[in-house]
Amino acid sequence: MSALIEARGWGWRHAGRRGWALRGLDLRVEQGERVLLLGPSGAGKSTLLQGLAGLLNAPEAGDAEGALWVHGAPVTGPDRRTGIVFQDPGSSLVMARLGDEVAFGLENRAVPSEEIWPAVRAALDAVELGYPLDHAVEHLSGGEQQRLAIADVLAVAPRLWLLDEPTSNLDPPGAALVRDTVWELLRDASSTVVIVEHRVDELVDGVDRVVVLEPGGGVRHDGAPDEVFSRHGASLREAGVWVPGRAPARRGAPEKAGPPVVVADAVTVRYPAAAADALARVDLEVAGSQVTAVVGPNGSGKSTLALCLASLLVPTAGAVRFVAGGPATPYARWKPSELVRHVGTVFQEPEHQFVAATVDAELAVGAKRAQMPSDAARRRVGELLERLHLSHLAAANPFTLSGGEKRRLSVATALVADPELLVLDEPTFGQDARTWDELVDLLAAARARGSAIVTVTHDEDLVAALADRVVRLAAGRVVARTPAGEPL
Amino acid sequence: MRALSLDAPLASGALGTFNPLAKLAVALVVAAGLLVTVDVVTASVVLGSELACLPVIGVGWRFLVRRAWPLPLAACGVAVANLVASDADGTTIAAISLRLMAIALPGVVAFAATDPVDLADAVHQQLHVPARFAYGSLAAVRLLPLVSIDWQTIRRARRARGIDAGRSPLGMAALFASAVFGLLVAAIRRATRLACAMESRGFDASGPRTAARRQVFRRSDWALVVGSAALVAGANLLALAAGTWHPLLW
Repeated sequence: MSALIEARGWGWRHAGRRGWALRGLDLRVEQGERVLLLGPSGAGKSTLLQGLAGLLNAPEAGDAEGALWVHGAPVTGPDRRTGIVFQDPGSSLVMARLGDEVAFGLENRAVPSEEIWPAVRAALDAVELGYPLDHAVEHLSGGEQQRLAIADVLAVAPRLWLLDEPTSNLDPPGAALVRDTVWELLRDASSTVVIVEHRVDELVDGVDRVVVLEPGGGVRHDGAPDEVFSRHGASLREAGVWVPGRAPARRGAPEKAGPPVVVADAVTVRYPAAAADALARVDLEVAGSQVTAVVGPNGSGKSTLALCLASLLVPTAGAVRFVAGGPATPYARWKPSELVRHVGTVFQEPEHQFVAATVDAELAVGAKRAQMPSDAARRRVGELLERLHLSHLAAANPFTLSGGEKRRLSVATALVADPELLVLDEPTFGQDARTWDELVDLLAAARARGSAIVTVTHDEDLVAALADRVVRLAAGRVVARTPAGEPL
Repeated sequence: MRALSLDAPLASGALGTFNPLAKLAVALVVAAGLLVTVDVVTASVVLGSELACLPVIGVGWRFLVRRAWPLPLAACGVAVANLVASDADGTTIAAISLRLMAIALPGVVAFAATDPVDLADAVHQQLHVPARFAYGSLAAVRLLPLVSIDWQTIRRARRARGIDAGRSPLGMAALFASAVFGLLVAAIRRATRLACAMESRGFDASGPRTAARRQVFRRSDWALVVGSAALVAGANLLALAAGTWHPLLW
């Protein structure tokens, strides 16, 4: 019997790019195998999944070389025997109601109308979404939405499952929900699974093969999980691959808290047309030389709190005060040019904060706005480019960088004016191990210089490695906080 | 990410059971029948009948107040503007205001009481508009709320980066242009991801497709459309008989 997946010298170059996303790939996957696909950022993992799913067949999408066979024939387009689950359910779900969403794929596959609803119900039962069929998709949590995306695929009963970081966009409870469902899939002997996932600790026992891709090359390692990780664990971690059982080290001892930098007094935020407060009377004092981690489930008000602390959102009631210098006007009304001298903010999506045409201009913008003398600004920009390994990209357009490079650049833009307060929203989200290490070292250095750092995060490793203090939110309220130096 | 926010439709009552196309047809028929004339009799007969019929087809006053409150306001605004700025007599001004409400009311109710998914189904099944267009538009509409969220984030990010336009119009234009560019990049990325997800689930122009939800155009739908046409025609005849009928292009 021929292999379910067979790649021979396969490569792919996205339209308009000079480099190949993936090249010289030779890979055979037999029916029933469960393959964990790993590789550093930019190794082409997602590209391979898209190729297998038949999503790279439009002639304008790019150039292919070599051969890619699935189900015993060259891939020519999406096939109902192949199902794919993407990273972000928010941009992969199509319909507004639960039942319609699962039915959509069955309609497209021309399943007879009378068979659709029984299949929809069976798929929703299998992922344990016990809501009525007309339940609004928008009222599901992130984890439930991702389960729904799995039900979408399950309903069509494919032989090959492709999972592209199905838990990486979710908060820890959501990720746990989806992981249970993925485990069920992995246990079901009839399916073949290829899964890409960043943090693999919880998954590795469920797969029987690990394939590591080499950026710009083919397969770097291929074998049983134990074998690959015990033999190559150290070098993989070095290359940026997350390896199970290698938790990052704590960066620096907890520092003594510096003077207070920003203070929130009974901050309340209610968004227009919302039924409840996004934040309800939150008090918080953030001190220099401290990393304050703000944690809690999605929708608990973490990002809203970060926006208030960074003077990017005016509270409905209460106030945020900046107490480490700056203009005498109320903090919420500072001019942007005043704000940038004292506060650096890193958004969840780096692209949102890019304003210039090249990487070095991007950094120079902040220095200029903060009215740094031009030679000092040039030195600072050069130093940051060096530290973040972006020097070779100084002339590149920020929008063309890889995910990890964009993230580093966005952090650099916040650091350029050496602000007293640094506010970050999920800075380590989706980063490979190498970028993760660099970011954490950078933040540790900013803390050592006396900056107050507030980071919203789901990343437990980040909290363990860096946080001096943890504030936990739930439904807009602080439900737990540790004083400096005490674990939560 | 909350991409999926749409106004909750009014699906209960008799109104929810009508075909979306029938509801839209009523709005069009009423508009066409009232656009030909500006007179107080036609407008008030139609408006009165609408208000009398709404409870019958399941629209309560609560719903009316919530969705249609701007209508009387707009009508008053038009009346005041005409009083101040034109030499039209009181009857004509009343006719203009009443006509505005009579035309707009069925449209407001039809849109508020139509689920977008039902509309896409009906457009595809009854009007035979290709699925790619009907459901592609549906998916696009559901991404719209995200655009305004992105816009807000981009504006905030500009503030965080220390960028304000200052007072020069050139600076403002440049800032606006760069924010719009960021917005477009974000929108295209998201749309591409969604299109990719839809394609992976077999959504393309080729091949046959089945329907999980059947939309049918029932006898009651015909009755609704024909009834409203008769009503509008009757109102026009009544105005002719009363001698108030006043064609617009006279």
